Amino acid sequence: MNRAARSAGRAVLVALGLVALAAIWEAYKSWGPDDGVKLFGARVLPRTTDAAMPHLSTIWHAFGANEVGGAITFGPSKTVLDSVVDAALHTLRWAAAGFAIGVVVGMLLALLMDRLIIAERALMPYVVLSQTVPLIALAPLVTKWGQGSKIGTFAWQPWMSVAVIAAYLAFFPVAVGLVRGLKSPSPVHADYFRCSAAGWWNTLVRLKLPASVPFLVPALRLAAAGAVIGTIVAEISTGLDGGIGRLIITYSQQATGDPSRVYAAVIGAAALGLAAAAAVTAFDAALWRYHRGAAAQ
Amino acid sequence: MTEPQETAAAAAVELHGVSKTFPGRRDAVVALQDIDLTVGPGEFVSLIGPSGCGKSTLLRIIADLLSPTSGEVHVNGKPARRARLDQDYGIAFQQAGLLDWRTVLANIELPLELHGVDRGQRKARALELVELVGLADFAKHRPPQLSGGMQQRVAIARALAESPTLLLMDEPFGALDEMTREHMQNELVRIAGDTQAAVVFVTHSIPEAVFLSDRVVVMSPRPGRIAEIVPVSLGPRTDDTREAPLFYAAITQVREALRGRPVPETVEVGVSIEQADRERAQGAL
Repeated sequence: MNRAARSAGRAVLVALGLVALAAIWEAYKSWGPDDGVKLFGARVLPRTTDAAMPHLSTIWHAFGANEVGGAITFGPSKTVLDSVVDAALHTLRWAAAGFAIGVVVGMLLALLMDRLIIAERALMPYVVLSQTVPLIALAPLVTKWGQGSKIGTFAWQPWMSVAVIAAYLAFFPVAVGLVRGLKSPSPVHADYFRCSAAGWWNTLVRLKLPASVPFLVPALRLAAAGAVIGTIVAEISTGLDGGIGRLIITYSQQATGDPSRVYAAVIGAAALGLAAAAAVTAFDAALWRYHRGAAAQ
Repeated sequence: MTEPQETAAAAAVELHGVSKTFPGRRDAVVALQDIDLTVGPGEFVSLIGPSGCGKSTLLRIIADLLSPTSGEVHVNGKPARRARLDQDYGIAFQQAGLLDWRTVLANIELPLELHGVDRGQRKARALELVELVGLADFAKHRPPQLSGGMQQRVAIARALAESPTLLLMDEPFGALDEMTREHMQNELVRIAGDTQAAVVFVTHSIPEAVFLSDRVVVMSPRPGRIAEIVPVSLGPRTDDTREAPLFYAAITQVREALRGRPVPETVEVGVSIEQADRERAQGAL
């Protein structure tokens, strides 16, 4: 089967999945009990009222509705779609910055740990430990450290704190994945490079990094997802305005009036995650020749 | 920087009193003891012996992948480390060890690339070598698309890329089936003749060692040392060589040396060793 047919088939499957999801949503809303399904007093399935589960068509229409009330509107009036897209793009920009920082830091850490065993022994526990610190506890700290710092003409912007927090989530899979990848070449390859008197740089560029690709790509996918989640959580906990995180909060405060908007914003956030994953997939496809056994195709 | 004067008489490999001890948890393992060996320019020398006799260790010492516990190692008249850094030898292992993401041509170019040879020269040399090992039609393929024998030929071409005066080979045909193996031996004889390189060749197979070599170095285990050096004079090797009485005579001689005593004139003993060899070859498939 050729590549085009395969990706067309995949697109059809994704579309079918969405249709199925929509059908389940609407079916449950129509036939499920108003008060949701309870098991031993705990609600295991949500209420089906319009406030909890708006019709998909309502959510669809919400995108077209004009921004009123809570959200400040200056100049020409914006639709909810405009706001969601606008917010998503802001969040995407911060997440991309966080992702970039995370990838660079993760790779540098991995290179250091690969080069010096002692560094791996010393750093790895902290790298793992770092991920157990709750993001919400970290966010105010980062903001406080950043506030007012100034180096020459460079002044710390609030969005930078958000990017740093996103990077904090993103660096971890990259560091761990790349360390494994750098150690993945077989002994016979290592011997060959040594016999060829290849230095550290040559061995890195021509052997270790190419061999790392199958480990690095899944790590980047996790890092991209982490950066988006990190950005959204950080927006909320640092109170940064303009992104999708804040928009979700703003809309949920108006939720009693119009719950469909919350869903509109959530869909926007999900689309962001998908965009990030798609970017990594495209990068992955460009590196097909480094996939294990892929060259045999 | 001036290159050290290379005299025409400099031996490809010169080992003096080489010993290697691996420190063990309880007691140290003596892998090699007091090895003296000289391999002349263009000479083909095989190292043969049972598992654990240290033949691969010896090859790795010559390649400067290991350093000897005592003794001296010279390659082309230089210390082994200098020779490795100067790329005086090419090397091939039992596993081809090619980079899967590179084409055959790019794999052969790798050593040239590592040492800063420019693109045009690299390409020309790789094309020449891919021709030499008979894989011109596969130049643009990647290793996973090739059979084991073809991969090994690429590895040999790669080892030859920098026209080394010495080739080190660690059971390069050990994982190949018998037919491919004989074919590769023929090729290697031709290539070694064409390039005038000296070869140090580690093998388990008596017929392989005899067919390829000018001298067969028979080693014995625990501690690894040279039991005997058997000179082989069979003239130019062809497929007929494998049927020649002299070939069998040399095989018997090596076998005797491996046993450490003359083989009794019974057929059974000979058969049993040959059988063991065949089983080993099959086991490796």
